[in-house]
Order: sequence, then C-alpha cells, then structure tokens
Amino acid sequence: MITILRDLLRYNAEFRVGFVLIAIVFLMAGLSFVSPYPPNDVYVVAPDAPPSAAYWFGTTSRGQDVFWQLTLAIRNTLGFGILVALLSRLISIVVGLTAGYLGGWVDRVLMSVNDTFIVLPLFPILILFYFVLRDSMSTLLLACIMASLGWAYDARLIRSVAMSLKQREFTDTAVFSGMTTREILAREHLPYVMPIVFSTTLNNMNWSIGLEVTLAVLGFMDINTPTIGGMIYWANQHTAIVAGIWWWIAFPILLVVMTFVGLYLLAVSVNAYIDPRSRLARVGGGRS
Amino acid sequence: MRSYFHYALKRIAQFALVVFIGINLAYVITHATPIDPVEQSISAVTSFGNTAPEAIAEMRLSLQELYGLKGNWLEQYTTFWRRVLNADFGPSLSAFPAPVSSLIARALPWTIGLLGFATLVSWLLGNLLGGLAGYYQENRSLKLLGVVAMALHPVPYYIIALTLMIVFGFLWPVLPISGGSAMNLAQGWTFAFVTSVATHSVLPALSLILIGLGSWFLGMRSLVSNVVTEDHVVYAEIAGVNRQRILGSYVMRNALAPQVTGLAMSLGGIFNGAVITEKVFGYPGVGTLLVDAVYAGDYGLVLGVTTVSILGVSLGVLIIDLLYPLIDPRVQVAA
Repeated sequence: MITILRDLLRYNAEFRVGFVLIAIVFLMAGLSFVSPYPPNDVYVVAPDAPPSAAYWFGTTSRGQDVFWQLTLAIRNTLGFGILVALLSRLISIVVGLTAGYLGGWVDRVLMSVNDTFIVLPLFPILILFYFVLRDSMSTLLLACIMASLGWAYDARLIRSVAMSLKQREFTDTAVFSGMTTREILAREHLPYVMPIVFSTTLNNMNWSIGLEVTLAVLGFMDINTPTIGGMIYWANQHTAIVAGIWWWIAFPILLVVMTFVGLYLLAVSVNAYIDPRSRLARVGGGRS
Repeated sequence: MRSYFHYALKRIAQFALVVFIGINLAYVITHATPIDPVEQSISAVTSFGNTAPEAIAEMRLSLQELYGLKGNWLEQYTTFWRRVLNADFGPSLSAFPAPVSSLIARALPWTIGLLGFATLVSWLLGNLLGGLAGYYQENRSLKLLGVVAMALHPVPYYIIALTLMIVFGFLWPVLPISGGSAMNLAQGWTFAFVTSVATHSVLPALSLILIGLGSWFLGMRSLVSNVVTEDHVVYAEIAGVNRQRILGSYVMRNALAPQVTGLAMSLGGIFNGAVITEKVFGYPGVGTLLVDAVYAGDYGLVLGVTTVSILGVSLGVLIIDLLYPLIDPRVQVAA
C-alpha cells in the first residue's frame, strides 16, 4: 500500500496534483475541529468585512467568519460525499459481482434494472423527493436516497471485471473444492475488484457532492447544516455578488472546485494505475 | 435487416422498462410518503390569511380528486397511470387555471433547443479534438487543452454556470444573463427576435458545452490512444497510408462506437445539468419551470415536469440506440 502510494507520487503527475489538492481540502476540514466560533451562530464578528489579517477570507453579511465557516462546510460536504459513496458501493458491489458471476437471466434482469437507473434523469426525481418530504428531508435521508439511486454505473464496471474473473482457473478450483457462490464472491472475487471499487468511490463522491451543492444552492435540502452549497445559498439570499461581497462566493467555489478536480485526478490516476495497458505505455512498452 | 429488427425490439423493451420504473418511482415517492401533499398545499394557502372552513373543505376535496388520492390504492394507481398516459396533470396551482400540460408544452421547445444544440456541439467538437489529441500525442496546444479539460470536466454545472454569470454579467457585462429573449419583443420569426434568442442562449449553452466538451475530449483521447497501438493501425502506418486517412477511417471510426453509447448513457446527466443551468440563467425551459414549481408548492406541475423529463430522456436514449447500428455494424451480426 505504502509502496503503491510512493510509486504513484513519484511517477504520476496527475496523482501528485490531485493528492496535494485533496490534502489541502482535508486539512481545511480538519481545522473545523479547532474553530474559535460556534458553527451555527450568526453575528459573531463584524459583517461584510473584506479579507484581512484578522479575517483571512473576510466575513459574511450574517456576521460569520468565512474561513472558519468554510472549514465546517467542507467537512460536512466531504462527509456527505463519503457516506453516499460507501452506501452506494454496497449495492453496486453486490449487483455487479452477482450479475457478472451468475450470468444468464439473473444477469439480464439485473442489468435491465441497472441500465434503467443509468438512463433516468435523477435530478428531477431528487427534487420530487424534496417536494414531498420538505422539512423532514435530513442530510442523512438524502444520503440514503442518493445512494440508492447512484450505484448503477459502477455496478456495470464491477460486472465487467467479475465476468472475466469467472473465466479464470482459480474460480473453477474454488467451485470444485465446494465453496458456495457467496463464499466465492466474497472471498475470491471481491479482493480483485477492490481497486476499481476504490476509483469508483472517488468518482461517486464527485457525483454526490456535485448534486448536494446544486440541491443546497436551490434551497432543496437542510440549509441550516453548513455545507458548501448551503454557504452559496445564503450568499445568494443576501445578493452577495451585487453587493460586492465577492469573498463570500469566491472562496467556497474555489475550495469546492479544488475538491472536484482533486478527486477526479486521483480517480483518473488510480484507474490508469490499475489498467495494465496504460501501465505498459508508461514504461515504454506500448507505442514508441 | 431481421437482426436489426431484433435489436430494435430489445431497445424498445428497455425503453418501456425505463419509463415503467421511472413513473412508478414517481408514484411511490408521491404516494408512500408520510406527508400528505393535499394538506401541505392547503396549509401553504391558509398560511397567508384566514380562510373559511367550508372553502378549505371544498378545496381539499378538489385537490384529492386532482392528485388521485381518492379510493383504495389500486384505484389510485390506475388513475395515476391514466393521467400520465393522457398527459393530464390537472390545472397548475401557481398559474391557475392554466393546465400543467400547456405550461410544459410551452417550455419544452426551449429546453430541447438548448439541450440539443449544446449536446451536439460539445459531442462533435469534443470527439474531434479528443481524437486529434489521442493521435498527435506530442502536440503542445492539444496537451494544454487536455489539462484545461481535466480541470473543467469534474466541476458541476451549477458552479460553471454561476462563474460564467459572474464573469459575463458583472465583471464584463457584454451578454444578457437572464431570460430566453428580450422582454419587449413579440415572439415570431423576425430577425430581432431570433438574434435576441441567440444572444440569450450564449451563456447557458456555453456552460453546458464547456463541461460536455471536457468529458467527450478526455474519453475520445484515451480511446484513440488505445486504438493506435492496435495491429491494424501499425500495419496501415507501415504500409504508408496517409495519416489523415488513418486517423479518420482507421482510428476515430473505431473509437466512435463507445462514444455513441456514452452519449446515450450520459443523456440523463446532461439533462440534470440543463435543468440547473436554465434556473441559473432564468431560461424559460422545463428546468426553470420545475424549480419555480417547487418554490410555489405546485404539486401537479412538479409531477408533470418529472414525468415528462423521464419520458423525454428515455426517448432520446432510444433514438440514439436505434441509430447506433449505423455506426457500429457489429451490432447487427451480434443480435
């Protein structure tokens, strides 16, 4: 694990940039634990102050320090993304491995459902959820809903790996030595799909954070929990751009863009590391 | 031809399944929640002031009929499907008494125009540039484009739209940032109206294109850089086939098939992006309609737009799927 990390850092520029970006983002999130202000209080500092030595990122029209507010917001946003990614991984691993290993009609049925969830426009459906749930829509509930909607694409990837694993000799050995299907999937196949599960986790986090920001900006979720989307929502409510309070909008956007680009670069470079073809190209074995 | 028929039949069955699951999902969401949409609409109305109890009772009855909440669950379920199939979602509460279907019909051309144009431009341009970047891997400007695409592609639509709006609306105000056309123009095929629509579409279309471009570019680049290592390309190069022909007919043609499938698979996501982009720029399409309907508590309109989006997106996917064998003749053999 440490060796892989060192190799990636040494040979892969994309991984290096992504790693640095994500490290900064996580550092920000970690700082929220030592924030000098209570997170939900407003008017604790002078409102509308531009960035200065005292307030690094300025203060909001609601009298909050943008920097410290941002540390908590990014922590909640990241936590949300990780929660959705982990929950949806459970579904996509189970569906992907089962469909790939069993094949036949089980595969056809599962993949039809799978393709349905890939095609469906999820945003209107999420809005419909908010519309009927209104104030009972908590962050946790939203995470569960999004996890049960956002597993399909990755299940297909995992299925394709599982299909090739099924052809390998060790699967036959496992079958002949009397392992049950569940044991084969959990003990023999699961370790092989873990790398691709890891890279899809990063992509799924990007997806869920993007939707979370979008929903929160529109006010379609619990806007009193500080998140990046929630911050932009309140800035829009106070017409921060027109009023010239640019720092209230600019810093959340900057940080969340760093998160997206960082996660994406990590996912891309991990993917390239897993794919033997591109590894071959890197050492010069591919096209000269 | 028979195998194409077989293939088409399978795609149509998948389309029917998507619509079936999607509409059922909408039904379950709206009917199996602990919150009663009728009571909610009533409380939203009554919170503005005192209303006579008889008026409330009357309103409750008509709302229950409209929402199909009368009778047992089987009756409710069949009523729901009948309304969906007849595109009858009752009158809109926020634009009373205009029917929901006419509001959606008015908004739909805007969305289809914006979405269709932006998707087509970003797909064609992204694939072309991506193909070039995958083939001419040492080209400096194409490499730079790759870095830009990597930075733009993972950013969600809302952030790009908001950034464009700040840049071109406030910092350098050269383009209109709100609406679908200038307010004072009559809608029709006049020069002034068409140019007004075009200038109003620039920013919404640009924010959709910027993100789409990045993803098609990156996809095509990696596909092409895999195809060029294959034997038939190496053989063509050794045989001295000119490079443009190799790129066009030997490499890109092969890499195009997965990109068409990719378009079908990401259509839902692109639609999500269009919804939010429309709202940011106040574009008069179904996205703005949907978000405003939520703010106004207009149940029929929200349900109507959701249903129409599910139908529309899966229809778009079906059309791409049916055209797919034109690009990849292998499908006909396999099916």
